[in-house]
Amino acid sequence: MRRTCRALTLAALVVAAVGERDVSSAPTAAQSAPGGTAPLPERFGLGRPATPDEIRRLDIDVTPDGHGLPDGRGSVAEGAALYAAKCAACHGRQGEGATSDRLVATDAGRDFAFGRDPSLARAIGNYWPYATTLFDYVARSMPLAQPGSLTPNEVYGVVAFLLAQNRIVAGDAVIDRTVLPKIVMPARDRFVPDNRTGGAAIR
Amino acid sequence: MLSRMSRTIRPGISRRRALVAGASGVIGAAAALTAQTPPDTTKIPGTGATEIGARSPFEKAKRRPGPGRSTSSTTPLQELHGIITPADLHFERHHAGIPSIDPAHYSLLVHGMVARPTVFTLADLKRFPARSMIRFLECSGNGGRNYRPDPEAHTLSPQQLDGLTSCSEWTGVPLATLLREVGVSPNASWFLAESMDAAVLARSIPMEKGFDDALVAYAQNGEALRPGQGYPVRLFLPGYEGSTNVKWLRRIEVAAAPFMLREETSKYTDPLPDGTARQFSLVMDAKSIVTEPAFPDRLAGAGWREIRGLAWSGRGRIAHVDVSTDGGRSWQRAQLEDPVLPKCHTRFRLPWHWSGGETVIMSRATDETGYAQPTRAELLAVRGPGTQYHFNNIRAWRVAADGTVTLATGAA
Ligand code: HEC
Repeated sequence: MRRTCRALTLAALVVAAVGERDVSSAPTAAQSAPGGTAPLPERFGLGRPATPDEIRRLDIDVTPDGHGLPDGRGSVAEGAALYAAKCAACHGRQGEGATSDRLVATDAGRDFAFGRDPSLARAIGNYWPYATTLFDYVARSMPLAQPGSLTPNEVYGVVAFLLAQNRIVAGDAVIDRTVLPKIVMPARDRFVPDNRTGGAAIR
Repeated sequence: MLSRMSRTIRPGISRRRALVAGASGVIGAAAALTAQTPPDTTKIPGTGATEIGARSPFEKAKRRPGPGRSTSSTTPLQELHGIITPADLHFERHHAGIPSIDPAHYSLLVHGMVARPTVFTLADLKRFPARSMIRFLECSGNGGRNYRPDPEAHTLSPQQLDGLTSCSEWTGVPLATLLREVGVSPNASWFLAESMDAAVLARSIPMEKGFDDALVAYAQNGEALRPGQGYPVRLFLPGYEGSTNVKWLRRIEVAAAPFMLREETSKYTDPLPDGTARQFSLVMDAKSIVTEPAFPDRLAGAGWREIRGLAWSGRGRIAHVDVSTDGGRSWQRAQLEDPVLPKCHTRFRLPWHWSGGETVIMSRATDETGYAQPTRAELLAVRGPGTQYHFNNIRAWRVAADGTVTLATGAA
C-alpha cells in the first residue's frame, strides 16, 4: 500500500513536469475527471490479477543482465549444424547475408565509422552492443517462417555459432545463461543517448 | 490581401483539374466510366443505401505496397485533403505480416515492477475513461530518399518519398490510467511494449512517456482499429517514431532499465560521424512537405494556383511554415489551417502566381519549441551520410519552364 501511494505521487510529479512542457497533451491528473468535476477513483478495479503461470508464458524477453535466459546450453558446433539447416538459406552460409541481413562482420567497422561511411558492413560483430539481444531476437522472431520454434538449447547453439563467426567467442565455446551476459561486445560503449531536445539546435 | 485571397481560392480549386495539363489518364478513366453514368442524374433514380460505403469509382487514391508479400505501404499524401488520413489509406509497416486476432480472446498483460500484475480484456480497456486525440504517426525511416544520393529520386511523388506518415483520430485508454491501476513501482523508469504478431515485435519506452500522453488505443477515426493498424489494440505514442507504437499489443512489462532489444540496438539507432551511435532517438522532429504542386504534376500554364502541404512535429504544435517559390532566396509565411494541434499533421496553404519560368518550391516548418526544419547540408553536417532514420531535411520541388515538377534532391 505504501508502495502504491509513492507510485501515485511519482506519477503525479511526472504528470506535472510533463504538463509544463505540453499542457494540451498531458493526461488528466489522477484526481480529476477529463473536463469535468467528478473526482476519479484512485483505481477503477478493472481487469483481473495475472497468474504467475500466464506471466511466465508471455515473459520471453532477455535483458543485458541475463534476466530471462532459460536453462540449457549450446556449442558452436551444434549451432553450425542448426544454422546450415535453418538459417543459411536467407542469411548466407557463413552469415555473410543473402536474401536477408548479413549477420557477420568481423572488422571493427573502421573504428565505428558507420556514420561517416554508409558502405561499411554493419552486423552483430561490430555494431550490436549486447550479446543477450541475439538470444532474445532469435528466440522471439527467427527463423522467419517458424518464429518461436527453436528450443533453448538450439538458440544457445546458434547464438554460439554466430558469436564465433563474428570472432567474439572461440570455436569451442559453449553458451549458457551464465556465459552469455558476461560477453562484452566490441560496440558496447559506442551508444549514446539522444541529445535532441527541440529548440533552435540541429543535432 | 494574400490570406484573403487564399480563403477565396480554396473551395474552387479542384486538385488535378487545376494543376494537371497532360491528364490523359484522368480524362481516360472518366470517359470509361461515363457508360455507367446517366447523362442526367436528375432524370433517373440512383442506387440504394448500403451497409458499408465505398469510394466513387472515379477516385483512384491508393496505398502503394512494396512487391510480393510486402511489409509496408505508403499513404497517397498528394491525393488527400485536410489533415485526416482515411483509415484504409493509413501507411502500414510490419515485420512478419498482419495477424488475425479474435477480440473475444484478446487480453493485455501488464506486469513487472508493479504492485498488481493484471490482465485486461478488451471490454475492460473500453470501460476505463476514454480519450481521443488527433495525432500523426510516422515511420522514422520516412523520407530517406530525400537524403541519400539517389539518381531516381527526382521522379518520386510525395507518397513515394514521404508516404510513411499518416494522421488519425485515435481513441483508447490513457496508458497512465492503466499504470495507476496496476501500481507502478517508484523505481520503474522504462517499460516494454510487446506485440502478438509473428515477429513478437517489442520496444523499450521511457516511463515518462507512459505517464505523459501514451494511449492504449482501440479505435481510429471513429471505428475499431484496422487489422493493419493493430486490431484490436495498439500502443499509440504521440510524436514518437512509428516502430515504438506497438501494434497487436499483448504485454507491457515495467522495469528499471531498457531491454536493449534488436529494434533499439541493431535497428532504429543512428550512427554519427564522431564514431558513436545515438540510441532511443524516439521523437520525430519538425518536418513539412509541399504535396501540391509535386511530381508528377504538370502545371497547365502561368497564373495563380495554391501551394499546399503538410507540416508536423513530434514535439508539439507547428508554429509556422515558410514557403519559398524562388529556390530559397526569399520566404513567405504560409497560412496554417485550423485545427493546429500538437503532434499532428497541419495543413498549410499559400497562393502563388507562377510567371512561367523555371523555379524551385520548398517549405520549412518551425515548431513551437523554436526548432526549424534544417537543410540537407545542415543535417548532413551533424548526422553524416551513414544515418538511417529521421530524415526531416527541407524538401524541394523543381518546376521546369514547361510546367513539369520533379523532386529537387540536394537543392536544399
Ligand atoms: C526465410 C528467411 C529467413 C530465415 C530462414 C531466417 N531468417 Fe533471420 N531474418 C530474416 C529477415 C527477413 C530478417 C529481417 C527481419 C526484420 O527486419 O523484421 C532477419 C533478421 C535476422 C536477424 C537480425 C539481423 C540484424 O542485423 O538486425 C538475426 C540475428 C537473424 N535473422 C537470425 C536468424 C537465425 C539464427 C536464423 C535460423 C535459426 C534465421 N535468422 C533464419 C529472414 C530469415
